[in-house]
Amino acid sequence: MTGPVRSTAAGTPHVTMLDVLQGFVHELRSAGLPVSMTENLDAMTAMEHVDLRAREVVRSVLAATLVKQQRHRPAFDTVFDVYFSLFSPAAEDRATLDLPDELFGTAGGDIQGGGAGGDLTREELAEMLLRALQSMDLDELRRLAGMAVSQFAGMEPGRPVGGTYYLYRTLRQLDLDDLSARLVEQARARGEIPDDPLPGRLAREEQEARLRELRRLVEEEIRRRLVADRGVEAMARTLRKPLPEDIDFMHASRDEMLALQRAIQPLTRLLAARLAQRRRRRHRGSLDFRRTVRASMNYGGVPVEPKFRRPHPAKPEIMVVADISGSVASFARFTLQFVHAMASQFSRVRSFVFIDGIDEVTRFFEDTDDISEAVHRVNTEADVVWVDGHSDYGHAFSVFHERHEREVTQKTSVIFLGDARNNYHASQNWVLQSLQKRARHVYWLNPEPRGYWDTGDSIISEYGRYCDGVFECRNLRQLERFVSTIADA
Amino acid sequence: MGERFESVADVTERLRAVDYLADDDIASVTYLADRLEKPVLVEGPAGVGKTELAKAIAAATGSRLIRLQCYEGLDEAKALYEWNYKKQLLRIQADREHETSWESVESDIFSEQFLLTRPLLEAIRAEDPVVLLIDEVDRVEIETEALLLEVLSDFQVSIPELGTIVGKQRPIVLLTSNNTRELSEALKRRCLFLHVDYPDVEREKEIVRVRVPGIDEELAEQVARVVRSVRTLDLKKAPSISETIDWARTLIYLGRSEISPEVIGETLHVLLKYQSDIAKARKELVEK
Repeated sequence: MTGPVRSTAAGTPHVTMLDVLQGFVHELRSAGLPVSMTENLDAMTAMEHVDLRAREVVRSVLAATLVKQQRHRPAFDTVFDVYFSLFSPAAEDRATLDLPDELFGTAGGDIQGGGAGGDLTREELAEMLLRALQSMDLDELRRLAGMAVSQFAGMEPGRPVGGTYYLYRTLRQLDLDDLSARLVEQARARGEIPDDPLPGRLAREEQEARLRELRRLVEEEIRRRLVADRGVEAMARTLRKPLPEDIDFMHASRDEMLALQRAIQPLTRLLAARLAQRRRRRHRGSLDFRRTVRASMNYGGVPVEPKFRRPHPAKPEIMVVADISGSVASFARFTLQFVHAMASQFSRVRSFVFIDGIDEVTRFFEDTDDISEAVHRVNTEADVVWVDGHSDYGHAFSVFHERHEREVTQKTSVIFLGDARNNYHASQNWVLQSLQKRARHVYWLNPEPRGYWDTGDSIISEYGRYCDGVFECRNLRQLERFVSTIADA
Repeated sequence: MGERFESVADVTERLRAVDYLADDDIASVTYLADRLEKPVLVEGPAGVGKTELAKAIAAATGSRLIRLQCYEGLDEAKALYEWNYKKQLLRIQADREHETSWESVESDIFSEQFLLTRPLLEAIRAEDPVVLLIDEVDRVEIETEALLLEVLSDFQVSIPELGTIVGKQRPIVLLTSNNTRELSEALKRRCLFLHVDYPDVEREKEIVRVRVPGIDEELAEQVARVVRSVRTLDLKKAPSISETIDWARTLIYLGRSEISPEVIGETLHVLLKYQSDIAKARKELVEK
């Protein structure tokens, strides 16, 4: 990390606002934020209009001109905090600089923090935290968060460990669950949490919100120190969380599962809107003669405005056949959820789930408009075990063929979901061969990385031979791309 | 340079005077939009008061609000201007007997009185102070976005038959987006960016107190907390700020001074609009 560029011209160092700002933009760029030339100039002009003593206004104004995507904002805030405290021009420079001190927050110490209150016991710190949480005194909380990090994170300069590691260590020592329990207890003792469920719930949520704030402060503190120690690039690397679209279905942690869950709804909404638009625009309907003549009356019989019929493109019908055995369960769940959330884009969606037996589960989705509830019912009520509850693709497929083969038509796309790990049972891939002849398309989505295909008991290429496409589908991004192609086809 | 506001604090104060509570970001960006004469792209979930902000700025500065509601298929004719074909045709037909020369007819039918002014042109030609709101800009196609870009950067438009019309003043321009698609880089570059999210309990409580006369602090706080609780549920459509306000008003009309599960149960439909959402919230908040 470099400080603001300083002109070293003869004797006194001199720093201008321009230098400070250029240094800042440089830092933003190394943190991975795209800042264009125009935006840079805008920020310069903007600074002429604000009172530089109002640090928060400066922050808002720089953010408005330099950051055009909300998900970049946290990174921006960190860089801002660090840059305008630690890397501010040294005190002697500031005298020659027409910039007010207020712009530069207090320097927050080095990586080990050290100094004030370093010798508190855990219990004392917890007490102080409780008091601060009680009154929601933000400045005090921030100070305490800093102390907690100094004491518990064990940060060492230059040690190549990720920020999440320090965060984990600090939070474990702080024991948020315990804090939360004690907060509730104290509140109850004061009679603030009545026994009624509703006020109780609201009070608990308030406590949780406060603890989240504390967690955020701790995170901020760690990030600040990391940047101070290793520069923004390192910070950007170690604290970067994958976007929900990039989380691997097979290895998602509980938090990531929740993030995925939340991401599905907006994603399907976007995709549906885009598909509908594309469909409507691709072809114009044929000329509507009657309406054209009617419209021409307005212009004395001149057909100035030709009218067209609204196009009604046929929507494909799809059948999803999903393996829901342990190893790929979450993949199947998200895919089913995704496809059913997109149901308006298809003329019909039918789903089947199997392990070694197979069952149709369309009814669960049609009974309710709450998709997560339907998925829950799929997992608990579907009749999918035939012998031993280990995947047997061959048996499941032959039953599927026997029961539903006739319902597969030229309009149907059949999509198989699974890792094709068949526990060395017979593949029965003639089922796919015969389906391919009847159906419009047969696709296979595999949640395993391509490199693992056909290793061990995976027989993906035996099935793949009779598919119109076999796709690796490990995250929402790949899933979205696939759904968009079939809805269009 | 626009000089509608004196300082950031002035923005906050004057928006407050028209019952809009701006946070730091909102106030700073509004001030900047006025000073730099740049359009603001306001992004955020539905119902956090994006459109309301434009109305509040108009009210606070005594400007006229001109609104262009975007939709799929919006084109130049509906956004900028259009010739009134019907009237032109009538004019030509009325003229048939007199055998006037084509030149004079032409110059006649392509004049002001045959021009249908649409919102963008109206904003450019306005003599009085104006706030231009381009609502839900994410709904238009790329081509229309390019048109907006062109108009917003120069604030002038050339109509072949009439010549170039240059704006007499720079209105404050707000574009809102619900983020249904990624807007073009070019558009983002030219705009100031403002993200508005659901307010925290503190701010929502203040909003309720300002917008619902006669509500006491206690009830306002409870309202804000219940709404936060509802927003954490997995809903099709989370309650917007205006729905919070409607709900608080309903409670006042019904003469409720305290929120109990029964009260929530009978008024939940004001806050939530989907049957499945109502059922879910009822299960969580009322029946537990």
